Amino acid sequence: METATLNNKYTYKDFANDQEVRWCPGCDDYVILRSVQKALPEMDVKKEDVVFISGIGCSSRFPYYMGTYGMHGIHGRAPAIASGVKLANPDLSVWVITGDGDSMAIGGNHFIHVLRRNIDLNIILFNNEIYGLTKGQFSPTSLVGQKTKSSPYGNTQPPFSPGELAIGAHGRFFARISGNTPKEMTETFVEAQKFKGTSLIEVMQNCVIFNDGCYLKYTDKTVREDKQLYVENGKPMIFGKERDKGLVLNGLKLEVVNVGENGITEEDILIHDAKEKDPTLHQMLIRMEYPLVTGIIRSFDDITLEERENALTEEIKSKSSFHSTSDLFFSGETYEVK
Amino acid sequence: MITLEKKKPQAQALNNVVIRFVGDSGDGMQLTGTQFSDTSAMFGNDVATFPNYPSEIRAPQGSLYGVSGFQVHIGSVEVSTPGDNVDLLVAMNPAALKTNLYAVKPGHTIIVDTDSFTKKNLEKALYEKNPLEDGSLENYRVIQVQMTSLTKEALKDVEGLDNKSITRSKNMFALGMVYWLYNRSPEHTIDFFKKKFKTKPHLIEANKKVLNAGYFYAETIELIPNSYSISPAKMAKGTYRIIMGNTATAWGFLAAAEKSGRELFLGSYPITPATDILHELVKHKHFGVKAFQAEDEIAGVTSAIGASFAGDLAITTTSGPGLALKGEAIGLAMMIELPLVVVNVQRGGPSTGLPTKTEQSDLLQALFGRNGESPVIVIAASTPANCFNYAYEAAKLAVEHMTPVILLTDGYIANGSGPWRIKTVEEMPEIKNHLIKEAKENWHPYDRDPETLARNWAIPGTPGLEHRVGGLEKDKVTGDVSHVPENHEIMVRTRAEKVKRVQNYIPPIMPEFTDEGDLLVVGWGGTYGALHSAVKELFEEGYRNIGFAHFNYINPLPKNTEETFRRFKKVIVCELNSGQFANVLRMNIFDIEFLQYNKIQGLPFANSELVEKFKSLI
Ligand SMILES: Cc1ncc(C[n+]2csc(CCOP(=O)(O)OP(=O)(O)O)c2C)c(N)n1
Ligand code: SF4
Repeated sequence: METATLNNKYTYKDFANDQEVRWCPGCDDYVILRSVQKALPEMDVKKEDVVFISGIGCSSRFPYYMGTYGMHGIHGRAPAIASGVKLANPDLSVWVITGDGDSMAIGGNHFIHVLRRNIDLNIILFNNEIYGLTKGQFSPTSLVGQKTKSSPYGNTQPPFSPGELAIGAHGRFFARISGNTPKEMTETFVEAQKFKGTSLIEVMQNCVIFNDGCYLKYTDKTVREDKQLYVENGKPMIFGKERDKGLVLNGLKLEVVNVGENGITEEDILIHDAKEKDPTLHQMLIRMEYPLVTGIIRSFDDITLEERENALTEEIKSKSSFHSTSDLFFSGETYEVK
Repeated sequence: MITLEKKKPQAQALNNVVIRFVGDSGDGMQLTGTQFSDTSAMFGNDVATFPNYPSEIRAPQGSLYGVSGFQVHIGSVEVSTPGDNVDLLVAMNPAALKTNLYAVKPGHTIIVDTDSFTKKNLEKALYEKNPLEDGSLENYRVIQVQMTSLTKEALKDVEGLDNKSITRSKNMFALGMVYWLYNRSPEHTIDFFKKKFKTKPHLIEANKKVLNAGYFYAETIELIPNSYSISPAKMAKGTYRIIMGNTATAWGFLAAAEKSGRELFLGSYPITPATDILHELVKHKHFGVKAFQAEDEIAGVTSAIGASFAGDLAITTTSGPGLALKGEAIGLAMMIELPLVVVNVQRGGPSTGLPTKTEQSDLLQALFGRNGESPVIVIAASTPANCFNYAYEAAKLAVEHMTPVILLTDGYIANGSGPWRIKTVEEMPEIKNHLIKEAKENWHPYDRDPETLARNWAIPGTPGLEHRVGGLEKDKVTGDVSHVPENHEIMVRTRAEKVKRVQNYIPPIMPEFTDEGDLLVVGWGGTYGALHSAVKELFEEGYRNIGFAHFNYINPLPKNTEETFRRFKKVIVCELNSGQFANVLRMNIFDIEFLQYNKIQGLPFANSELVEKFKSLI
């Protein structure tokens, strides 16, 4: 990992505060909080320039626990609030904290539009596939058949996949990380901050109270390496405890192959290209169920909205003869009353 | 050949006149009306205008619902409304005549383009007989002009014109006639075309030809026995321009941003009749204006809240249904005590209601349309030109008191226009702010100014002031989340008291015409012009016992409100709703009887109905 030059003076403690953290004991939210606090000193940002904006839900209490600027907003609207913050002052490092209910249900509209616009924000989506704060209703990422407080006979609404949705909305940066891998999380947050544009990091967050173990088949230590493929840009997509499995493209489908079998060597395995503009392969990676692909899946550099806006503003300013609003008021058709 | 030297007949002097230009949406009536009002304003008349478009984007030609109009009221005396009785109707086709005849009093003048009274057009206008021939207009002075043919004739030598643009310029023929009729020079309009068609000299020539042809035609025909003069009005000295209410609102914010040294941020979503504020502000990137067209109203207001948190002067603009969507977010801004201006250009409600018609029925929504006890400042503009002042004032109050302010205007004043004596930014009052630049020991985000109770404004990027705000109740001292019962009560009362104290910073209510007497006419917002001219008419008739109190500040009310009411025997509250302000007054003042006069038709008050009502009360 690169070390930042500016802020090695900070430690994670600089980004904590004296407020008592009140999530359920064992909730992955604590892991995410600590990973963010550990990532921030690694970034090239000043503490006073960091802003956390959230919606509503367990996850959205997050800003209260940070030693930075922050706003606990209203349900689902954090991307819009954060857009205003960033457009008002593009020098700030602005983070959006949201849950799957917050961003995929009530805030779905803002979620897709912020990705489309590509404002330089970092969104951390705590996906626990359930509504936590309102005590256990199914969410737009809950599975069909899932029994919850509001679906006692099993959920009948098919889910969204946040990554697919994000790419459909022209998201340029998408990462998926397990809630129990703080090191990967920290690294990903640092990369997200460096990325100019909207970065979306989906964290598979375990809710110990209402949806405990929902990701265990991928995240349990005993199966993790065999069930997850952690991708890194420029590296072959290899996984498994023995690092003997990999992905190849077979026609229009991704296929898992065993290195060493049927004459397949490491050379044959696909190299991950997160920077590719065409999202087709990224979509396929996001959709795979075995292995579940984690890591930074897409990181395509593109101009941001604020860069476009600034360039346009500068151009118009340089051509304008108006220096004060008074110049505007007296321009065009005026007349004197004597 | 027309002789240019022909002597003008003796012009008859008038105090004021109301002219309505109506035609098909493609006939250029808005341009015709604007040119006439601009010329009159430059001549020195007081002017009030109101456009009236069809609600369909492009209705079929000649149809009754495709009629587009523009009304101009000009005077050598003060004119405060676009007027209710039309003195001259210019109707370009049968549909226009049919839909507008009601506004013309018998004995008054109608100019029609007889060329357009074809069988087909008469059918489209659902006329069984030609009204020009069946005697139904005999109580009016109808001037029948073959405008289309005369226009074609005037343009026969101009090269490079297709048929369509030839017929289209007949509106200039009409305008030329009206210029002659009211003793106005066509010069201003000719200059306008010179600028507009800089690169297309044949279009300048064509428009000038048609305009002059109309002017000389009116002079020549004996159908118009005399012409009228309306001398300049007595207006305060200064430089003026004709301004539309929505433009004035946008400009008020530009001035406030400059004066307060903050950048202007607008978060908005299009809705009639508020959209023109967005249209205006997006033009001003050269002043650093950040105008953000959001995905919906909620994103409009919340992006503005984010911008305010980051230190911009943040506003959001909308109309009734949009305000409904913004309610939760306005509550957040109130809770986190950030400056925010919400403009609501009211239209007829509820729901989608009457989108292009005016009403004052969002008052209670503005005051109470949020969960919990969430008082915000509510003010209202009353004329197209003073939208500038109240937009400025809304921004000033928001920043100085660290609170959301709802500014109410309405479709009538937002689309209407009138003369605005240009104010420079230097002339505008100071806007102080509560920004803090560095950390003091024991600093808290909710530390308050002891006088206004405004909290301080610590913006991201300032070292040492890192803090969190949010919608959860906060401790009265530290600003940390607090669920302590007594603390909540203190905070609810403090937020209410903060808004109440704005009373110390707003002007007292000052009744016009008389300070005490038999009847006080009370209004608020965009009905100012109608109410004022009705009371003025009575005053001129010799009634010295009727006063007029118009409210621009609604929450809080001016301090002397109750005391003012007590100096009158009767108080009547006039509104374009079923009595919302009257009820607000009743909530505040228990033992005064508030009479009501209400109109809920999507239409402004007419002078005559008001005068009649007021007379019946004294
Ligand atoms: C306008 C509005 N509607 C509903 C709610 C109630 N509410 C609070 S949190 C929440 C769901 C949050 O779910 P999620 O985003 O998954 O967050 P989690 O609590 O699981 O972290 C709901 C429905 C609200 N606060 N505001
Ligand atoms: S309810 Fe679930 S998501 Fe919320 S704090 Fe508890 S464990 Fe975490």
